Amino acid sequence: MSEAATPPPTLESDPESYAPSVAKRLAFYQSAGGIVTPFLTAVFAFLMGGIVVAATGHNPATVYKAIFEGAGLNWFFHFGNYHIDVPFTNHHVWFWWNTNTNTTPAYNLTQTLLTTTPLILTGLAVAFAFRCGLFNIGGQGQYLMGAIVGVYVGSRFVDMAHIPHVLLAITLAALAGAFWGAIAGFLKATVGAHEVITTIMLNWIAYWGGSYLFGRDGPLQNHVDKSIPISDDIAPGAKLSAIWGNPALQALHSGIFFAIAALIVFYIILNRTTLGYEVRAVGFNPEAARYGGISVGRNFIVAMAISGLFAGLAGGLDILGWQFRLGVLDVQVSNIGFIGIAVALLGRNTAVGVGLSALLFGALLTGTSTRSLDPSVFPPQLAGNLALMIQALVLLFVGADLLIIYIWRARRKLRLPGARPKAAEEPA
Amino acid sequence: MSSAGYIGTRAHPPSPAAAGRVGVGIGLAAFIVALPPFHANTLWIPLFVGLIAIAVGIWVLSRGARRPGWTAIGFGLVGILLGILATRANVGNLDQVVVWGALLSATLVWATPLTFAAIGGMFCERSGVVNIGLEGMMLAGAFFAALGADKFGNWEMGIVTAAIAGGAFAAVHAVMAINLRADQVVSGTAINFLALGVTGYFFIDIYGENGTPGDLPRIPDVNVGFLGSVFGHLNVMIWVSFLLLIVAHITLFRTPIGLRIRSVGEHPRAADTVGISVYGTRYAAVILSGMLAALGGAYLSIGYLGSFSENMTAGRGFIALAAVIFGNWRPFGAFAAALLFGGSTALSFRLQQPWPAPSVLFQALPYVLTLIAVAGVIGRATPPASAGRPYVKQ
Repeated sequence: MSEAATPPPTLESDPESYAPSVAKRLAFYQSAGGIVTPFLTAVFAFLMGGIVVAATGHNPATVYKAIFEGAGLNWFFHFGNYHIDVPFTNHHVWFWWNTNTNTTPAYNLTQTLLTTTPLILTGLAVAFAFRCGLFNIGGQGQYLMGAIVGVYVGSRFVDMAHIPHVLLAITLAALAGAFWGAIAGFLKATVGAHEVITTIMLNWIAYWGGSYLFGRDGPLQNHVDKSIPISDDIAPGAKLSAIWGNPALQALHSGIFFAIAALIVFYIILNRTTLGYEVRAVGFNPEAARYGGISVGRNFIVAMAISGLFAGLAGGLDILGWQFRLGVLDVQVSNIGFIGIAVALLGRNTAVGVGLSALLFGALLTGTSTRSLDPSVFPPQLAGNLALMIQALVLLFVGADLLIIYIWRARRKLRLPGARPKAAEEPA
Repeated sequence: MSSAGYIGTRAHPPSPAAAGRVGVGIGLAAFIVALPPFHANTLWIPLFVGLIAIAVGIWVLSRGARRPGWTAIGFGLVGILLGILATRANVGNLDQVVVWGALLSATLVWATPLTFAAIGGMFCERSGVVNIGLEGMMLAGAFFAALGADKFGNWEMGIVTAAIAGGAFAAVHAVMAINLRADQVVSGTAINFLALGVTGYFFIDIYGENGTPGDLPRIPDVNVGFLGSVFGHLNVMIWVSFLLLIVAHITLFRTPIGLRIRSVGEHPRAADTVGISVYGTRYAAVILSGMLAALGGAYLSIGYLGSFSENMTAGRGFIALAAVIFGNWRPFGAFAAALLFGGSTALSFRLQQPWPAPSVLFQALPYVLTLIAVAGVIGRATPPASAGRPYVKQ
């Protein structure tokens, strides 16, 4: 492209200025709208979902209320006359909030937090790669690799002590995910294979690999009962301890602390280390980073490995925290890694955003699950599909950032006829 | 080679590409000699045949043709491996699994949905729009074909409904990818989830626990007696897929329409300069891809199985995507890949009885092969230059 007289690059004449290069999109995600745009995105997606619910003859308000309660979020709104114990005494004092942790809302809330834990991590897996300019849709495969290695290590070494066994299983699970991610990064860095294609293929290889390992006559199938396609149970010593709720009914496990720690680690790596600086530099502009002496290829590999590390950790925590075994069915129906894409994009690839949107999706998934949703209000099978639709709509609207710019421009034009609405399109 | 002026005066040495193809054939033969009706019962025969294939491959490599050479070597190695496995297997089991006629017709059955979706995806990517949403469009086709066939009472309307539904999902992707210049991978992923949610929701809402009715109108088979047992009773859609393949090839490489599609995908600015509507062409290609993928889905639901179940495509859209890449964005390449991948599915199902565990691994074969292909071990797969890049009109 060698035009004789290049006009000054105004936004009107230079298409690249708002054609979505990854850098521009990142800049837009990071700066524009703050929390308002993701919030509107989510509201809009839920509204559209409500329209579908209404169109099929249900009342959206009662359905969303049932999902809200199924997610246990009403636990926060139990006000009234309650008592709490005063520590170290036998006294009770009046309190305005029900702190009883054995109620149905409390149970549902533990399930929401249980689902939020892996979603935070798979969200981070997408977000970290995104900050390096890579689209990691292989979170699912990395998650599965973590789960496979987690269940293998957890069900072997039965004689190990609790803490070392847990740490060993979690570390190896995370490393398995990191390895799976690093394959895509390596192929991108060495032969330029697009990471979207390679991670899709790696997802399905993990899917069928897991189905092989735990399937009928598979090498890791249950050693006792050969009739079911499921792994051995993990050793009691490898289970994460329960921190809230009854362990017999899927209690919330200590894995959530790992997830919260991962959020902090994500923030620190990206914003406070040389590695994070390089990763972000490559994400904003690989060519500029290369001229600045940063090895782009090395950063691709490292970023994908760290992404995979988060997703693999999620798989390991799910196994050691509440699944305790892995069946072919678990491998095939799981989609925690895919939901991580929506989590990351709605959370704008930042630590706080990922945490909040993981909570939103965790609540949505739990609230629509067969276990938690009141079937007399809305059939859970329908609700599960409603959750998928809402998630898809979130992705669509997040992708449609230009739509917001268009609306913004239209608004400006209406207000200031004749004025060129230049400033409004500026992503920064 | 400067022998162009001496046509017919002396025998040309075989070109490396042709020799590579021969090597691939010999590599396959290494496996086939171990199967019925040949039953080579020592492992030396497949090993010997396979080594010939590898030798041919090395010769081709020494002539500077990397891609055919490595392909032949790869086929030789895989042929030896599979051949040796087959010689060690129980002869009775082998006879039961390897019924060539049944395998071939099963391959065609599993390849057909892939062919439709892969040719659709190829048009889409050739026009410069990446289509990760093939899976969702296929699933939408499967459901709406069943719905249309049920409500209208005939399979033709089922196919029409499926095409409209697939086109509608594709239109959403087109608006996102072309006008709103959204990230095409995000939008495609959204389409997949949207189709999963929408089909699941309405399937449960309309049919509930009982599933689609048993008397769903089916796409009929074509009975052509003299073509024998394999080709004599193929489904209409299989024949349509053969036709589609030829039409797609001619359209893409021999007509102005194809030239427009390719130019829009390679260099949209140049195409725009000579007056081709970039947006219009891309819209047409994306919507066409959705309709074709939906036809593939329709074949699955009302053609082959006669019912719909939630998420019934189970990753076939992604295999079709893999076929597009593996087939190097060409109709016949995509079709060959679809046959290969359909064959691996067919083999996997036939192997289930004697060897349940390893049969599952054949399901992973398409993804492994595609990963190897994009890694450039067997020649680099090169996508259209502008695939995935939105175009901004000036």
